Amino acid sequence: MTAKDFDPARRSFLGNAAAATGIALAPGVFLYGVGATTQAVARGLDEAASSAVRWGMLIDLNRCDSGCNECVSACNKENGLQGHGRPETDAQWIRKVEVRDPKSGHTQSLPVMCQHCEDPPCVDVCPTGASFKRPDGIVLVDKHTCIGCRYCISACPYKARSFVHEALQDQKPHAPRGKGTVESCTLCVHRIDDDRQPACVEACSDTGGGAMLFGDLNDPDSEISKRVATYATQQIRADLGLNPGVRYRGL
Amino acid sequence: MSLRRYAIAMGAVTLASLAGLTAATGDVPYPDIPKGQGEACVEDTDFMRRNHMSLLMHQRDDTMRKGIRSEQHSLKECLDCHAVPGSDSIPVTVEDPKHFCRSCHDYAAVKIDCFQCHASRPEQEVVAEAREE
Amino acid sequence: MYSEIEGRSTQFRALAVILGLLILVGLSAAMYMEHYGHYVTGMSNQIVWGTPHVFAIFLIVAASGALNVASIGTVFGKTMYKPLGRLSGLLALALLIGGLAVLVLDLGRPDRLIVAMTTYNFKSIFAWNIYLYVGFIAVVVVYLWMQMERRMNRYAKAAGMVAFLWRLVLTTGTGSIFGFLVAREAYDSAIMAPLFIAMSFSFGLAAYVLVLLAACRGSGRELGDVIVQRLGRLLGVFVAVVLYFTVVQHLTNLYAAEHIGVERFILLDGGIYTMLFWGVQVFIGGLVPLALLFRTTPSGAANPNRRVALACALIIVGGFAQIYVIVIGGQAWPLNLFPGMEVSSSFYDGVVASYTPSLPEVGLGLSGIAIAGMIVLFGIKLLRFLPISLANPSLDPQAIHESSN
Repeated sequence: MTAKDFDPARRSFLGNAAAATGIALAPGVFLYGVGATTQAVARGLDEAASSAVRWGMLIDLNRCDSGCNECVSACNKENGLQGHGRPETDAQWIRKVEVRDPKSGHTQSLPVMCQHCEDPPCVDVCPTGASFKRPDGIVLVDKHTCIGCRYCISACPYKARSFVHEALQDQKPHAPRGKGTVESCTLCVHRIDDDRQPACVEACSDTGGGAMLFGDLNDPDSEISKRVATYATQQIRADLGLNPGVRYRGL
Repeated sequence: MSLRRYAIAMGAVTLASLAGLTAATGDVPYPDIPKGQGEACVEDTDFMRRNHMSLLMHQRDDTMRKGIRSEQHSLKECLDCHAVPGSDSIPVTVEDPKHFCRSCHDYAAVKIDCFQCHASRPEQEVVAEAREE
Repeated sequence: MYSEIEGRSTQFRALAVILGLLILVGLSAAMYMEHYGHYVTGMSNQIVWGTPHVFAIFLIVAASGALNVASIGTVFGKTMYKPLGRLSGLLALALLIGGLAVLVLDLGRPDRLIVAMTTYNFKSIFAWNIYLYVGFIAVVVVYLWMQMERRMNRYAKAAGMVAFLWRLVLTTGTGSIFGFLVAREAYDSAIMAPLFIAMSFSFGLAAYVLVLLAACRGSGRELGDVIVQRLGRLLGVFVAVVLYFTVVQHLTNLYAAEHIGVERFILLDGGIYTMLFWGVQVFIGGLVPLALLFRTTPSGAANPNRRVALACALIIVGGFAQIYVIVIGGQAWPLNLFPGMEVSSSFYDGVVASYTPSLPEVGLGLSGIAIAGMIVLFGIKLLRFLPISLANPSLDPQAIHESSN
C-alpha cells in the first residue's frame, strides 16, 4: 500500500474555509454578546430574541386618570382594531377597568391588557402550540397555527384575549389579524423589535398621564427594574403564581 | 348490471370527463403577471418561482417564534415592491384579480389564505404621507 | 343470533330523509358561520363556547358511556348482556363521530384541521383529547371486529378491557378540559373529571336503551322486558351517582368563601341557569327518572318498557341542561380579577355575560345528533349489529352460551 499522499490543496482549503467561517461569525457573535447584556445596543433584525431579556411594563396608578383613554385609542389605531359597533364581539386588546371597593367606596382606574405571564395558562392549554411565549417574555398567538378553538380565551385569568368574529380587510401590515383566530396585546412586538416603545406607553407619556413605563425587567440598570426595586408594586391576581410581566404601582 | 359492464361504463365516463375538462381548460390564457417595482427582486425569478412558498412557510416561523425579521424575506417588503396600482393608482387588495399574487394563483388554482390575516397591500396612510413629501 | 335489518320500510326511508336534511342544515349552518365569521352566532368574547359545544360535549360524553353495555358483557362477563355488545360499539362510534363533527365545524379555522391533527402541544389536555378521541374510534373498531368475527371472539375480552380503560381516560380528559381551568371559578375543581365519568355512564346508557328500543320496535324484533328492566335499574344507579357528584361539587364549593359568588349564581339568582339546574337537571333529569326506574312494576302491567323509555328521554334532557349550565353558565359568571371589588369596563368585566342560542348554532348542534343517527341507521342495515331477538326466554344464559360457540 502506498503511503497516503499529503494533499496541500486540501489542507489549505480547509484552513481558508475555517478562517472565512470565523470571520463571518465573529461580528455576529460579538454583536450578540454585546446586545444581550446591554440595553443600549439594538438587536439586529437578523437576530433572534434572547431570553436574557424580559420585557415588562410598570403602570403607576397614581397617575392614571379615570377619564383618560389614550392608551386604548393608541392601541386601536396602531393595530388596526376597527370597531364594528358590536361591543360583545369586537376585539379589545387593552381596556380601562374601573375598580371600586364596596366597603370603603374608594375607586380606581387602570388599564388591563395581556399580562405577558412568565407561566401563561393560555400557552399551556393551546392544543396546537399556536399560543406561545417568545424567549424575551412576550406572549403571542401564531395565527398560522391557530385553529380558533378559543380554549386559551377560557383559560386566561385576565380576560385578555379576543376572538376575531368577522372577516377583516386592510389590516395594518405590521399587525396581521384575521377572522377565526384568537388575538391579544402583542406588547407591540413589531415596535419592540424596531427598538421603539409600545404604542400605549408612547401615547401615555405624550398625551396621557405619563403612568406607563416599559423596559427590560432582567436588566438591573433599566429604569423599570430600578423602580420595581424601589417602590412597592403589585401584579393582578398574583396568587395564581403566573408572574406577569405587567406590574402596577398603587393597586 | 354485471361487474364488467359497470367497469366499462365507469371508464367511459371518466375518459369523457377528462377530455371535457382538458378541452375546457385549454383556452385559459397564460396570465399577464405585473412587473414589480424597483430593479430586481430580492431573489431571481426562477428561485422565486420554485421557492417562494418555502420562504413563506419557513421564514414566517423564524419571524414569529424567534423574532428574526430579515428585511430581505419580509412579506411587507414583498408587498411594497409588488403592489399593483388600480384604476385610481392606489394599490389593489387581494380582492381584485389584478393583485400580484392572484394573477398567478388564480391561474394555477392554488388557494392562498395569507391575506385573511395579512394586509395585501402597503399601508395606505404611509403611502399617502410618502406622496405628500 | 344477529342479522341486518331490512331497511326498506317507509319508516326507515322517512327517518333517513329527515336525518339527511338535518345534516344538510347543520353543514350549511357551519358554512354560514365560517364564511361570515362568528359574529352571526350568539357566541361572543365573553361566552366563547356556546350551543354547538353543549351538543358536542353531550355527544362525546354519551359516546364513551354507550360503550359500557358492551363492557358489561365482555369485560365483566355478564352473559345476558353479550348480545347487546355490537350495537353498543356502533352507537359509541356514532355518537363520538357526531360530537367531533360539531366540534370541528365550529372551529374558527376548520380548514386547519390538518394542523390540529399534526401539530401538538402536549402540555394541553385538549391536545391529549384529540389523540384520545381519534384513538377511541380505532379502539372501538377493533373491539367490534373482535366481537363480530367468530375467529377473533377469543380476543374480544382483551379488546373490551382496552376499550373500557380507554373510555375512562377519554372521559377523564374531557372533564379535565374544564377542571384544569384555574381561572374560572365554576370549573377549577378536581371533581370535574369524576363528574364527567358519572355523566357518561348515565347519558350513555340512556341513549343506548332508547336506541335499542327504537331499533327493535322499528324492525319488529322482540325486546323482552327482563333486559330492559335490568338496564333500567342500572341506569337508575348511574343517575343517583351523577346526583351524588353534583351534590359534592356544589357543597364543596359552598364551603369556600371565594366560590360563594358563583355558587349563588348557579343555585340561586342566575336566572336561566338556576332554572335549568334545579328544574331540568336535578328534577326532570334526576329525581323523576329515579322514581320511574325504581318503582317496582306490578305484575301484568302493560308495557313496562315504556316507563324506562320515558326515564331515558328525561335523563337525556336533564343531561343537556347539566352541560348547558356547566359550559355556558360557567362562562357567564365573570372572571374575578380583583377579588372583593366591584369592577366595570368596556369589555364586560364584572358583569354576568348574556347569551342567547342562535339558529346556526342550534342547527349545527342538531346535525351532530343526526350524524350519529345516520351512522346507527345504516350500520344496522349494512352489518349484523342488531340481535335477532332479545325476548325473555332467548336470554337464558345457557342458550346464549350454546349459540355463540
